Amino acid sequence: MSLPFYLEVGSEEIPDWMIVPALNHLQDAFQSWLDANQIGGRVTRADATPRRLVLRAEGLRARQEDSTEILMGPPKSAGEGAARGFAKKNGTTVDQLQIEMTPKGEYWKFVHAVPGRNTADLLSEALPGLILGVPWPKTMYWTGKNGPRWIRPIRWLVALLGDEVVPFEIANVKSGGRERSQGHRLLGARGVIVSADERREKIEREIAALLESTGLRVKPDPDLLHTLVYITEYPTPILGMFEQQYLRLPREVLSTVMRHHQKYFSVENLATGELARNFIAVMNTDADPDGLVRQGNERVLRARFNDARFFWEVDQKKNLEDRLPDLAHVTFQAKVGSYLEKTHRVVALVKELGGNQDAQRAALLAKCDLTTEMVKEFTDLQGIVGGLYAREQGEPPEVWRAIYEHYKPLSMEDSIPSTPEGRIVALADKLDTLRECFRVGLVPSGSKDPFALRRAAQGVIRILVEGNIVLPFAETGELREFLLDRIRYYFREVRGFRYDEVNAVLASGIRDLPDVAARLEALRDVRPTEDFEPLAASFKRIANILRQAEFRDGGAVDAGLLEDGPERDLYADFNRVRETIGTSDYRPALEAIATLRPAVDRFFDKVLVNAPDERIRRNRLTLLCNLLTEFSAIADFSEIAPSNI
Amino acid sequence: MKLYYQDAVARLKGYWAERGCIIQEPYDLEVGAGTMAPETFLRVLGPRPYRVAYVQPSRRPADGRYGENPNRLYKHQQLQVILKPSPDDIMDQYLGSLRAIGIDLARHDIKFEEDNWESPTLGAWGIGWQVMLDGMEITQFTYFQQCGGIDLDLVPAELTYGLERLVAFLQNVDSVYDIEWAPGFTYRQVRFDDELQFSMYNFEMADVAMLWKLFELHEAEGHRLLKIGGPPLPAYDQVLKCSHLFNLLDSRGAISVTERVGVIGRVRRLAVGVAEIWNKLEQPQAGGEVAA
Repeated sequence: MSLPFYLEVGSEEIPDWMIVPALNHLQDAFQSWLDANQIGGRVTRADATPRRLVLRAEGLRARQEDSTEILMGPPKSAGEGAARGFAKKNGTTVDQLQIEMTPKGEYWKFVHAVPGRNTADLLSEALPGLILGVPWPKTMYWTGKNGPRWIRPIRWLVALLGDEVVPFEIANVKSGGRERSQGHRLLGARGVIVSADERREKIEREIAALLESTGLRVKPDPDLLHTLVYITEYPTPILGMFEQQYLRLPREVLSTVMRHHQKYFSVENLATGELARNFIAVMNTDADPDGLVRQGNERVLRARFNDARFFWEVDQKKNLEDRLPDLAHVTFQAKVGSYLEKTHRVVALVKELGGNQDAQRAALLAKCDLTTEMVKEFTDLQGIVGGLYAREQGEPPEVWRAIYEHYKPLSMEDSIPSTPEGRIVALADKLDTLRECFRVGLVPSGSKDPFALRRAAQGVIRILVEGNIVLPFAETGELREFLLDRIRYYFREVRGFRYDEVNAVLASGIRDLPDVAARLEALRDVRPTEDFEPLAASFKRIANILRQAEFRDGGAVDAGLLEDGPERDLYADFNRVRETIGTSDYRPALEAIATLRPAVDRFFDKVLVNAPDERIRRNRLTLLCNLLTEFSAIADFSEIAPSNI
Repeated sequence: MKLYYQDAVARLKGYWAERGCIIQEPYDLEVGAGTMAPETFLRVLGPRPYRVAYVQPSRRPADGRYGENPNRLYKHQQLQVILKPSPDDIMDQYLGSLRAIGIDLARHDIKFEEDNWESPTLGAWGIGWQVMLDGMEITQFTYFQQCGGIDLDLVPAELTYGLERLVAFLQNVDSVYDIEWAPGFTYRQVRFDDELQFSMYNFEMADVAMLWKLFELHEAEGHRLLKIGGPPLPAYDQVLKCSHLFNLLDSRGAISVTERVGVIGRVRRLAVGVAEIWNKLEQPQAGGEVAA
């Protein structure tokens, strides 16, 4: 007979962002426990709201399967006494023992059937550990010092195997039947939508209904939606409004206030994309019959916007440039120094990178917004606020846009700054962060990267490649290795080049990153052509021959020593291709190199490299060496692994 | 029926008195929050149950806005409730307190959003939520875990109601200054002068050299008391004095970012020292009633 199982752990409100990982862990741990204890059954559903984690399983056996246990005893040679002792210890008699032949001789053994235990008993014993074993980022105790720890106090427990309660206790809470389950705080039992998918759909469906034929749409925000799904048990969106006058504040500020402080969706005009004077709030209840919830939210937003306006006005009393000396008191990093020092380094670096007057000006003002009230209140708006203030204070677009965008790209999905000035400032800022942190030994290790240096490195690489900035790759030491690692990651994982292509191109050296990208693209284009991979295989063979002969001396080929036929033909081809690629782009160059294939093949077919005559042998090695070095500047073909076709 | 500011306060006090709380008066030194009053900071230590509720005027010099901002105040009023240990139905009791001041929860939206509380100055932290009513934070709800760097024997629930916000909500006004405090008196009439005058003083006039001097005097007195093992209550007064002076210096812009951590550390050392003495006296083996 197989039984269904139901578990509900009720608690006070769990932080939204922790719920999904916790539920996944509980589900996996429970399934593993079922499997390990031969109870059978599978978890068929796992659900969660802020106040409950719910597991449902089907097909559990009422009793664990019986099993056989074999206990090895003393060697037969130890005598009757030892056997009796062994039997007694296991609650049996010698006549119930058996003999086992082992390589070491005959041994007593006791084979006995272990009856399976009741699943309910096993669950009673295991559930407290399984529930308390959920790993939370930060736990608390609530029954007193040394009490159990969980994310928030556990307030009820429902555990049913079939129709029977599985009895157990955690923190003075005894498990019970479904009547123990508390409903929604305000709506009671009818007010819990236990499925996160249903809650998400309800939010989306009702937002669509609220905005239908208004010419408005919600600014998509999957992270916010996720948060709202997991801070509600019965989500219901409402549409609110704010006064026209607040639209005079920058939309970046309005959106941040709405999203980060109030968890509201911003609403945009469908036609123009402009921010509308509306917002969507999501309640944790079923309705707002008197509009009180809407009014309340509107009033709070008004107060928040008033604050933002206050910050804006106060901040305008001191220009960005006048704030520069204040940066001496803002620590960039304790070992590295202040933001003022950083600013001076970045300005110098911008200059060194060929940044124009506007870029240098932007670099000078870029960090000044760190001392403004607006950024102190809305830290996510750093850079953006600086840019907006610079515009307000009459800086030209080249300058304020560069400030505005200098933290970009903030993620893989984010774009790089849109202007040349912005790119140079963003590049110099990140490069400086990397160089200084590495200089004082703040090197990321494993999952630890408190200064987000990987993101900074990724930003540097993307700005160089996607911004087509030709900057010699001159870093040294640990930072060089770190950057090389990120460069490989970028070209492989982000750009989708194959690992051997990346290795081949990087093995030929790095002049600058746009050049690496161009070589990779050419390589990827030419790779599928018929002659390319066989030629690459031949290059690998050449590299091996030269290595075995320990031949490094390039020198010039003595044409007089060449044998007519394949050897002289190859030399002629070599000269032809060398002339062709002298001035051409990477792709035609690679195509030209690929045309060497027949000559190379014939050479290896007909010509013995290890000629008895030492002078001829050396001349042949010289020819091969020239071939390899001349044509490995784009990519080291010997790194190319043959494709499986 | 109109619920005046003072009515709301009285009802909340009455509600918690019915649930076994001592109704205390505000602590009579400057504090930044109800948590800092010894009724919370010291009473949460040790194994003895305690229940108390009090209004605590809380001074935050840097939040002053010369009476111009409708929601930010140099000094606001908190209703502080400590239930040690926390009862199992604390959330329901809390929701009941909102009903007691006339909030019909069926017509509103209430959420408990993660907000852990930490005071580096007091070496204290707890786990909890900000309680959002129709999108407005009305209460900070914290299960204390540590105070003065000491793990707490019993876990108290701390409820901190922001009274101005709550009553502005009840009276449906946009500015705290429009709250009707009592028949014929608005919040503006009662408190505007404080806000204006103290904003002027805190931001523009307070004598920085004198503040530093006072800070050092109170700090020294605190350490002198700690050295001789207490008594903890007068020593704790020195902590509160230092904390308030720090806040004043901060609002005068006299503490640089680099100095900040160091000065907070100085106040914390005092606070931790006091907590240790108090906690020791509270433990059963101490046998004394010194701290009672």
